[in-house]
Amino acid sequence: METFFEFFSFSDASIISVTVGAILLTASSAVVGTFTFLKKKALVGDAVAHSVLPGICMAFIISGNKNPLVLIIGAFITGWLSLVIIDGITKKSKIKEDSAIALILSVFFGIGILMLTYIQHNGNAAQTGLDSFLFGKAAALVGNDVITFGVVAVILMLTVTLFFKELKLISFDSNFAKALGIPVKGIDLLLTTLTVLAVVTGIQAVGVILMAAMLITPAAAARFWTDDVKRMTILAAFLGAIAGLIGAYVSYAAPAMPTGPWIVLIISVIALISFFFAPKKGVVSRLYEQRKMQHSMMDENLLKSLYHLGETDNDLFKGRSLNEILSKRYFPKKKLKETLTRLKRQGFLNSDNASWSFTEIGKQKGQRVVKLHRLWELYLSKYMHIASDHVHDDAETIEHIISPEVEAELERLLEYPEQDPHDEKIPY
Amino acid sequence: MDAFLIILVGSLIAISCSILGCFLILRKMAMVGDAISHAVLPGIVIAFLISGSRDSVFMILGASVIGIFTTFLIEFFHKKAKLQTDAAIGVTFTSLFALGIILLSVFAGQIDLDQDCVLYGEIAYVPIDLWITKSGINMGPQALYISGFMLILNIIFVRIGFKQLYLTTFDPAFAATIGISVTLWHYLLMGAVSMTTVASFESVGAILVVALLVAPPATAYLLTDNFKKMLLISCVIGVVISITGYYLAVYLDGSIAGAVVTMAGILFGLAFFFSPHEGIVFKKIVQKRAAAKLVQQAAIKT
Repeated sequence: METFFEFFSFSDASIISVTVGAILLTASSAVVGTFTFLKKKALVGDAVAHSVLPGICMAFIISGNKNPLVLIIGAFITGWLSLVIIDGITKKSKIKEDSAIALILSVFFGIGILMLTYIQHNGNAAQTGLDSFLFGKAAALVGNDVITFGVVAVILMLTVTLFFKELKLISFDSNFAKALGIPVKGIDLLLTTLTVLAVVTGIQAVGVILMAAMLITPAAAARFWTDDVKRMTILAAFLGAIAGLIGAYVSYAAPAMPTGPWIVLIISVIALISFFFAPKKGVVSRLYEQRKMQHSMMDENLLKSLYHLGETDNDLFKGRSLNEILSKRYFPKKKLKETLTRLKRQGFLNSDNASWSFTEIGKQKGQRVVKLHRLWELYLSKYMHIASDHVHDDAETIEHIISPEVEAELERLLEYPEQDPHDEKIPY
Repeated sequence: MDAFLIILVGSLIAISCSILGCFLILRKMAMVGDAISHAVLPGIVIAFLISGSRDSVFMILGASVIGIFTTFLIEFFHKKAKLQTDAAIGVTFTSLFALGIILLSVFAGQIDLDQDCVLYGEIAYVPIDLWITKSGINMGPQALYISGFMLILNIIFVRIGFKQLYLTTFDPAFAATIGISVTLWHYLLMGAVSMTTVASFESVGAILVVALLVAPPATAYLLTDNFKKMLLISCVIGVVISITGYYLAVYLDGSIAGAVVTMAGILFGLAFFFSPHEGIVFKKIVQKRAAAKLVQQAAIKT
């Protein structure tokens, strides 16, 4: 607990630099990741992330020190190369994209591991800490590093802001973008470069292995809360930053812990919560909506059957037994009882000794469904010229979703008809 | 003798992976294989904590459950939460892998596994890690038994289920019409991939096993159009990379698994350029000849 207050009071200058660094790194990769996510190229980020390892090692072997700028250049070269090769393999051979990604990702990583172990076994004292690139170590960010990576992060965010419209267009419809005269190839290249840059800087915080998560997961989580790209980008950056902040804290409070996995785990939990509980798009709210729709269809079908029974007997308000209802239309028994009680609770039905009858509003609701069904049948046969014995099934589904506006339009178009194609009366 | 043992274990693992990999890349599921190999890590750590050893059958079976769970999770996110497939794969495996690494750090004192081992294995230790029975008889390296057992299991699986796997790979709709359960064979294959991944884990690590799953089959795919030949060629490639990789690693004094994967990459590169039918160079020559012929014919006509 003590370290908690110590950390969040930001009294120590090094805490501030670590925190700012981690937040910038995670937020900027989340911003770039939004567009790779929307382009459905999320796993490409994974390939780049693994592929920067040989570049870092190579830069170290050549330069002999851990100057971040040199390492970034090395990482940038192999990261870029991996994308070019994946593209080449997919285009020039029969190997599919997913195989090409998996192949390049693992082979580049293997080469990186070979180099890394080669460096370690050759006793170069300067190499210690090189393996922190594997799982990330936000706490290792000091002074100049923070400035270097901070600058890159700011450049990333500024570029995305400047080219926001173009990036958005190529993410959704590159043909349309081309027709508008936008240099699609150039923007694609820009996005690729941004992805590589984001990975190269982000690995400081998360490490090469889990870097893919920083590109994919914040964007995936943000997607569940909004349909607006601008809001999604900002939200992704914000969620990424939260994970970065907590990661910096973990790195500070428990130096033995690898930072990357904690950041990834936190952002994953945020994503899971979004998948399940986001309004409208979340699994729970989707299920709820589905259930509501099922109930409303069940209600309407039942009221319709009662209305049909009433029509046959010329007595709409007569009480009906379960068997009478079932003779009109099949319902599963359990569902039928549930629906009857629900309708009674909502005031559409009265019940008396296992016999069920309409209330006034229940009659109106049943009547409306019957009316919509018959209006639609008439519309189909009159305007679509569909034979009258083919229109029932279609009307059976559409009757539940016709809005009052469409209802009024149908009535106007058909001029308040008296009868449907089966010579049944349309009730108003 | 040590070199021979290491190469032998490497080859056994590479062959197991190659056989399954052929199905994976043709089913366009290479990245699912990647996801499974990462995602089994928490399963391995938990099984380790419960059983206290890393080479029990218990662990291999437990891992196959986790692998199938991963596949299920990816499909759940895709179908129920309507998340696009690539993101569903990415989110699932990174979160499970992160969880595994964290568990590993938390229980570092109790587990004889470290992060390096997760990344690139310790195949060099194969000859040291012996299986000694209770009566004290030295039965030889444990990894040899595990990888041999896995290979036999995989061969039996593919031999018995060849028709079903073949059909569900190339024509799932037809397979379904003649009564083969596409879902069942999908999950069986995923289970096999998970078990192989775990069995190979100690020797090559969670990430490099992906290279063994994908690289030899992809190389073989460039060399032939016949599926059975593809299976055979990829097995041969598996053995070749194990031998050459070992000597490369000795020469450079680096990770053996890393070197094996590097060799796999080099072989793929060679096939990509010089394959007799699919290679870039060959295609260029054919194109040039065709162009020259056209020019000649045009000249004759005029």
